Amino acid sequence: MPPTSDGRTGTDGAARFFASSRVVIVAGKGGVGKTTVTAALALAAARVGLAPLVVELEGKSGLASMFGVDDLDYAEAELAAADPEAGTGAVQARTLTPDEALIEYLNDNGLKRLSKRLVSSGVVDMVSTAVPGLRDIIVLGKVKQIEQTMRKGDGDDAPDVVIIDAPAAGHAITFLRSAHGLVDAVRVGPIRAQALDVQAMLTDATRVQVVLVTLPEETPVNELVETAYSLEDEVGVSLGPVVVNGLYPEIDGLDVDPKAAAKAAGTRLRAGEATALADAATFRLHRTALQREQVERLAERLPLHPIRLPFLFDAELDPEGLSILADAVLDGLADLPQVEP
Amino acid sequence: MNDADPAPDAADARPAEDPAAVVRPADGRPEPAADLAGLVDGAEIVICCGSGGVGKTTTAAVLALQAARDGRRAVVVTIDPARRLADALGLEGIGNTPARIDGAWDGELSAVMLDTKSTFDEVVLRYAGDDEQAQRILGNRFYRNISGALSGTQEYMAMEKLYELQADESFDLVVVDTPPTRHALDFLDAPRNLTRFLDHRLYRVLTAPNRGVMKAVNKAALTFVRSVSKIVGAEVFDDAIAFFQAFEGMEDGFRERARAVLQLLDDPRTAFVLVASPRRDTVEEARFFAERLARADIPVAALVVNRVHPRFTDQLPEAARARADTLAGTDLGGLYRNLADFALIAAREEEHLSGLAEQVAPAPIARVPLLGSDVHDLDGLTEIATHLFP
Repeated sequence: MPPTSDGRTGTDGAARFFASSRVVIVAGKGGVGKTTVTAALALAAARVGLAPLVVELEGKSGLASMFGVDDLDYAEAELAAADPEAGTGAVQARTLTPDEALIEYLNDNGLKRLSKRLVSSGVVDMVSTAVPGLRDIIVLGKVKQIEQTMRKGDGDDAPDVVIIDAPAAGHAITFLRSAHGLVDAVRVGPIRAQALDVQAMLTDATRVQVVLVTLPEETPVNELVETAYSLEDEVGVSLGPVVVNGLYPEIDGLDVDPKAAAKAAGTRLRAGEATALADAATFRLHRTALQREQVERLAERLPLHPIRLPFLFDAELDPEGLSILADAVLDGLADLPQVEP
Repeated sequence: MNDADPAPDAADARPAEDPAAVVRPADGRPEPAADLAGLVDGAEIVICCGSGGVGKTTTAAVLALQAARDGRRAVVVTIDPARRLADALGLEGIGNTPARIDGAWDGELSAVMLDTKSTFDEVVLRYAGDDEQAQRILGNRFYRNISGALSGTQEYMAMEKLYELQADESFDLVVVDTPPTRHALDFLDAPRNLTRFLDHRLYRVLTAPNRGVMKAVNKAALTFVRSVSKIVGAEVFDDAIAFFQAFEGMEDGFRERARAVLQLLDDPRTAFVLVASPRRDTVEEARFFAERLARADIPVAALVVNRVHPRFTDQLPEAARARADTLAGTDLGGLYRNLADFALIAAREEEHLSGLAEQVAPAPIARVPLLGSDVHDLDGLTEIATHLFP
């Protein structure tokens, strides 16, 4: 494995993580930063020399701007170029919407002549209403197709790892469970075959793992734990590390009285500054303690390796911010245990 | 409107009324309430919309709670399957019918957790010509599939529930939390989508065996159907056709209800509250919602911004950062670094919010600070209320 650009050591864990499955599905409830984590994982993969492909399932998000790329109207686009000298890989991205995937599926199944009309006339809406999970299974079928080209190692175009920005939790479970439901509901035909294939892919830890994302807060942690058990029990999918997003970086000395600190530093504070400094310090200490408590609670309730991502006070997710998060991902993966619990 | 007797449980919730009765003067909306307090005291329906994870459910619960405190009889509907309202109200197992929450307030507070399937069943029972038709539909496999959590169904049933509750005379105010979809305003289109579906050529084709003439006319459409059924399995279509045949005669009821629901959304006594957090992405989504509402000529009645970082200083973030750098390595440096972090995020959040505030003007804006802990009981809701109703 080539060294990363900043000479960081300990990328073995990251290399092991990205090599452990061809597809990584990133899931979590709305507002936890799923897309951000998807982007950070992709950049981390590129830093260990891999060529990741990011797949967006709900149309475009802010992904392009995080990489500092124009918001392209892409089917497939390069978000970051490979740098052979630095040993980093290229980051590709594509969207995968049910309608497009369905047209492609119909084309592949000998309905090319009809496919566009089927969609535009509303027949497809009708059909997917009649068969719940159909859209999901078509999308997952497409993911499976991409995954298979990787398995065969077809050409140089095949990505090393596919990272999927999944629909928001709740829906993520329905999405991943669609194969089970369809196998029960549809007894013959290509869709059943497709559902069985997808089921086989999802339950194979060498092919797919799910990375769950949460915030270090009570309700999101509860929901994450619930989702984790549902995914394992109901889908049988393998769970990778869990990402805790938005942790305030800790600062030393915040419990020191500002006036005393000023005296020690040989300087004076302006009017009101002592109060501002003290209030801000108290707030951070309080939140940090709460966050730590939630991280510990999560660890107790869910035996998954944690990756901790810092809260970015800058609040603008640009390439610089993303780079900080990718570093944190690499740090978090550095001590990934050899065998997942 | 179908004039068959409504099913018993539907009748309980919805006293006999004519959809025409909800036609209210469309001659301009009243002046928007100056603040949220005025809003919860005056509106009959409050719809909370915004993207996932911004605190919509909690906001909806607090608005209903405040109305109850002001002596009104309020009911809050949540559609979120994550049971967050149950968390927020410290209640477990709220169901599809209003459950009273006891507390020290003059009015009344009830909560409903929308169960899409039960609501759909009630709708079928209401519009079915007779019990046999109802049972034929309820037992159909296609129906059992679509009545679950299918896209669009949830939104439609949310509106159905809203309609049912607003017509219920035991409530003065209905507060609705909207589904956590990416396109959170899909519910605006839900009634229309259903009507469109009923008017769809394919729908008529599928019910064609009862309408001989259609059969020949829609030969091409049938070819589509046959081709697709080869892929998904013919049995799915058999179920669908049986469903639509069983559905025959109920379309008018549905269409009429869709019209009534749309009218309700457009009624001056219905207030849309936009809920956001100050992050750039959620503000962008909120702006998208505001635009979408504006296109439908629906004003934003109020903007609630949750999770706002506190502002500790009026110093520019750069100034605090410079002090932190100069003092690096000392305790005071750490204290300044921390202050600079919060000054920076406060500035960013204001930057993100200013455009949104302008867009929804003159709607009042309420800011709820990032709280010390999660909100999962009435005390937590009460704390938020102090920020929404200062």
